[in-house]
Amino acid sequence: MTRLLNRAAPYLLALPAWIWLGLFFVVPIVGLLWMSLMTGNIIVGFQQTFNVGIYPEVITTYWEHILRSLGYGLAATLLCIAIGYPVAYWIAFHGGAHKSTYLLLLLLPFFVTQVLRTISWKFLLADDGLILGTLKAIHLLPQDARVLSTSIAVIFGLAYTFLPFMVLPIYAVLEQVDHRVVEAAYDLYASRFHAFVHVILPMSLPGVFAGVLLVFVPSSADYVTAWVLGGTHNTMIGNVIQSQYLVNNAYPTAAAITFVLMSVLLIGIFSYAKALGTERVMEVQAG
Amino acid sequence: MSATATKAEATVSRRQRRPRITLGKVFTWAVLVWLFLPIAGMIAFSFNDISGRHNVTWQGFTLKWYGKAFVYPDLNQALFNTLLIGFATMLIAGITGTLLGLAMGRYRFRGQQASNLVMFAAISAPEVVIGASLLSLFIALNLTLGMTTVIIAHVMFSISFVAITVRARVMTMDPSIEEAARDLGADSWTTFRLVTFPMLFPAIMAGGLLAFALSVDDFIITSFVSGDLTTFPLWIWGSTRVGIPPQVNVMGTLIFVVGVLLAITNIILARRRS
Repeated sequence: MTRLLNRAAPYLLALPAWIWLGLFFVVPIVGLLWMSLMTGNIIVGFQQTFNVGIYPEVITTYWEHILRSLGYGLAATLLCIAIGYPVAYWIAFHGGAHKSTYLLLLLLPFFVTQVLRTISWKFLLADDGLILGTLKAIHLLPQDARVLSTSIAVIFGLAYTFLPFMVLPIYAVLEQVDHRVVEAAYDLYASRFHAFVHVILPMSLPGVFAGVLLVFVPSSADYVTAWVLGGTHNTMIGNVIQSQYLVNNAYPTAAAITFVLMSVLLIGIFSYAKALGTERVMEVQAG
Repeated sequence: MSATATKAEATVSRRQRRPRITLGKVFTWAVLVWLFLPIAGMIAFSFNDISGRHNVTWQGFTLKWYGKAFVYPDLNQALFNTLLIGFATMLIAGITGTLLGLAMGRYRFRGQQASNLVMFAAISAPEVVIGASLLSLFIALNLTLGMTTVIIAHVMFSISFVAITVRARVMTMDPSIEEAARDLGADSWTTFRLVTFPMLFPAIMAGGLLAFALSVDDFIITSFVSGDLTTFPLWIWGSTRVGIPPQVNVMGTLIFVVGVLLAITNIILARRRS
């Protein structure tokens, strides 16, 4: 009896979460495919017609948005590496007794909800706002200079929002680096540069890989940043999905776009995870 | 000659006494300033002495908005909803996620790989995809959108985070402590209650707080499945067109201050422990 219970234990423990994830994650993703093949509208209702033609249709209509989103996501990810790696490195190796304080400082701004932080950026970066207005007043910038409604604003906004997802995994890995290994490199007459490139950098790559995943996916599918900071010419695929679902109620079209986006990202994620091993990526995520 | 030498020695020792300012430190602090800039803006404009709802240009200092923080009943309701959903998510995702984390960390069983894959996918799936697919499901099931659907969604995306946090702790736990308890005659329930659970508690707490934070902050998924229900982020989003009243800044500031206080307590507790 106890042996039977012992064998059933992991399943009993996992069951509630499995049911929840199954019903509300796996089933809806399949349902998305089902929904995308329907035709009709919100007034007369939707019927299943296996309208496969919706896929070429949305791809030809929205390929530009998809490419732009992936481009912005990639740019934000690279920016996060450029900003986040040095910060993670400095905290891990030179943070001393204040390491956890620095990490907390890094996370504190994120107690304020993303919408509010992004709107706050909008006020700060307004054409006559605190930053641009001042720079214009002292003639450091031409009068018609602007940041809002440019792709730069969106990319920096995305990098701002998702920076901790890059810093934390890199920090988690650098923290584990055995200092004796680095010292050994110095003992063997490695310069600071060579010690970094040949010893520290390779050891920190799993953290960078995890960070890339954690930043690239949400930033290329984000729509808050583009909506607040991007104006009308920088709309991303997330904005399209949001308006098709919640404004136009064109559920099948919206579902098809979502499915395309998800497929593109999933193919990317899984080939990426396959090359690295999901366990490893997830362990880094867990810290 | 000797004069210059002592002078040089003096500079060196002075440099050692003062904390060294390195490029890395300057860079880190510059990034921190960047991160805090919009927060500072938000806090500053919570003290802005404006007359209407358009909190855009600086008019002078006032404390009056802190006295009138709760004059918009629908904003209060939104904040209340956010907190209620946060606590419900923390509780439900905390329990189910902990159980899953225990199963994943302690046992080898069939379906573990699949479970890993689903958790990984749930964490890395973009929010619009989760929101859109859940909305499709709820429409197909004819479920009325509201508090229940939002909690369902929040629990769903929080479970994996809790499970991963707990699993990491389970895997690093020393099994000999539990064996010792059993050797001393404790049955498995007693062992769990008096030994395993207390050791897991910090991880469960961390996972639960993470779930709470994710839930309170969430905008994208919530906007898909909330129907007529408003939460704090949704209310702000909705009021961008008519102007965001300073009360939003006040509430944002208060939430931020709570965060700071939690962080400080955490640091002090950590210091005391070590």
